[in-house]
Amino acid sequence: MSERTEAIKLTGITKEYRLGEIGSGTLQGDIKEWRERRKNKGQVTKRKGSFLALDHIDLTVYEGEALGIIGHNGAGKSTMLKLISRITAPTEGTIDIRGRVTSMLEVGAGFHGEMTGRENIYLNGAILGMSRKEIDAKMDEIIQFAEVADFIDTPVKRYSSGMYVKLAFSVAAHLDSEIMITDEVLAVGDAAFQKKCIQKMRSEVMQEGKTVLYVSHNMSTVRDLCTRCIVLDHGKIVFDGDTEAAIAMYTGLGSSDTGVYHFDESYRPYDKYVRKVMRLNIDSLSLGRQDNSFRLREHAHITVSCTAVCPLTDVRFRFEFWYQDGVKVGSMLAGNGVDMHEGKNTVSVDADLSHLAAGQYRADLVAYQMDEHGTETILDGVYPGMILNLTDDAASPEYIDWHGQYWGAVRLNDLQMQEEEAS
Amino acid sequence: MVSGRENTSQNTRITHISARSESSASRLKELLQYRDFIVLWTKKTLTLSYKQTILGPLWLIITPLLSAVTYMLVFGRIAGIRTDGIPQILFYLVNNAAWRLFSSCFQNNARTFTANANLFGKVYFPRLSIPVSNLFAALILFLIEMAIVLVVFVWYLAKGAVQICWQYLWAAVPAVLVIAVLGMSAGIIISSLTTRYRDLSVLVSFGTQLLMYATPVVYPVSQISDPFLQKLILLNPLSAPMETLRLALFGSGMVVSWSLWWSLACTVLLLVCGVRIFGRVERTFMDTV
Repeated sequence: MSERTEAIKLTGITKEYRLGEIGSGTLQGDIKEWRERRKNKGQVTKRKGSFLALDHIDLTVYEGEALGIIGHNGAGKSTMLKLISRITAPTEGTIDIRGRVTSMLEVGAGFHGEMTGRENIYLNGAILGMSRKEIDAKMDEIIQFAEVADFIDTPVKRYSSGMYVKLAFSVAAHLDSEIMITDEVLAVGDAAFQKKCIQKMRSEVMQEGKTVLYVSHNMSTVRDLCTRCIVLDHGKIVFDGDTEAAIAMYTGLGSSDTGVYHFDESYRPYDKYVRKVMRLNIDSLSLGRQDNSFRLREHAHITVSCTAVCPLTDVRFRFEFWYQDGVKVGSMLAGNGVDMHEGKNTVSVDADLSHLAAGQYRADLVAYQMDEHGTETILDGVYPGMILNLTDDAASPEYIDWHGQYWGAVRLNDLQMQEEEAS
Repeated sequence: MVSGRENTSQNTRITHISARSESSASRLKELLQYRDFIVLWTKKTLTLSYKQTILGPLWLIITPLLSAVTYMLVFGRIAGIRTDGIPQILFYLVNNAAWRLFSSCFQNNARTFTANANLFGKVYFPRLSIPVSNLFAALILFLIEMAIVLVVFVWYLAKGAVQICWQYLWAAVPAVLVIAVLGMSAGIIISSLTTRYRDLSVLVSFGTQLLMYATPVVYPVSQISDPFLQKLILLNPLSAPMETLRLALFGSGMVVSWSLWWSLACTVLLLVCGVRIFGRVERTFMDTV
């Protein structure tokens, strides 16, 4: 173990972002702040209205490792990569890097539509730190890997988006760098190309001893590529080790959360169809408690915040429930609608969970309107809307170990049994 | 931020990132490592503006000629400003070229951060390479304009209206460099400040226009009769190199030694301040843009 060389070493890395308006906005305020900061001699303490995207992170990555970085949105993954790839500087702490870093935080940075593929390869390669000679030597390989040989002398503005990404990735992937940093660049491009990219990165890790830092929400690519994995949560490393264990930890994070869901970056399947004209946006949902566990037969008192672009009448919500094994259980429709005024609206929803058996549920939230003919118009939908954990009180006399795999996820009304008196 | 120390045993680059700014020396060294990029970016800046145009690079000849002729008509003929015995068209061609060198260095660099925010947010490279390429691009355009000047000069030489003045010709090079570096330095200072105070970007285009009249572009310093006003104009660090350039090319220009030193001092000061402020801002500007 001792002969392993450190490729990247983070020591006490902290990155502070300020919330709201950046800077005080006035020269006077800036001067005041600068004087205060001088007094404190650059000591970072969490200021009011700021948050630590990374909170005193210590991490050592060794040569030849493929490190996966997973975590929920806002956990600090991208910030970490941005610091290592020197797009922004840390507020505190040091990073030591051994070797050349290629960051592919977003491929095609610096591509210019008016220039041909070949010209862009030169420029992009130079941006990424390659010399002209190196690019010349790799040119054929890059073009071949990108599968765009016929179009190489065409301005890239005429490329399809797929070709564009392939070319961009190809340039980045052919850099002779010791460390590669990627952030979901593979989300684009077709499946075959994705596979090719993963294979290329993998072979470079395996055979050439390169180091890869890989951030993704796609667990299967993480599983394919990474030899080690860290889980970030609220700017701290909460797990460091085996990939499978990290993935398990990450998927578990969602079920033990704080009972508040923000939908800024949620998957919105209806965007493609009906939300060309956006009238309503579901912002957040709160379960009104510290976590998301409920007892059987409880009522969930849910608060949903949304923003209406125009006044809306008779807006209804619908929860579509999925059981933990991925089976759709059923839906809760709104018994009545509410009117919404322009701007922020808060709606409290009472959901009777009495039909759900013990287990974990995911509920997708859809907002819609219904006309007099019973035709619905979908306003917005967030997937998932919330995750509920239903538990049975083991101490209660009515406790049953619910066998979801045999009995399903719905607990129909209990049978009432009575012994007939023998006549 | 970076120390590009080369390891003796292997050719591995060691990078050290900390919250403190890196030294100017290591930044310059890194800039040198990216010279290929600077060349390509300069080329891109120069060629892109003429893609999908009919006249293409011909515009490089048309625009300076047209504006010199306009100036000649307005300031030379209508306002009747004397030009120190230099043929008016030559006077305005040279002054215009020098002014455009300054203003493009200044204005293009004043947008460095805001115009390239997208690129800066995705990939690291020494940010100073953008201002440096802008400087080179502006210098190349200036040289093209000087080629026009040369043609016109030869024409007047044949007519006997001008003569070559070898004595000060060498001074043209430092004069041009001072103009360009002044423009770049002022530009990067503005661009560093605009990441926080956006109002400055409004000031840039407007201010450049005003500044032109405070610089001997459409008139020579010798034509200012009020001695106080003349001193005031010479306080503009651009005045001395403008006059020097004309002295070097045509042998007539009003070069006062104190204004030369003043101009040089301003240039060095602005450059040092500019590079330092830029270095401070480039590290975290992605968080504020």
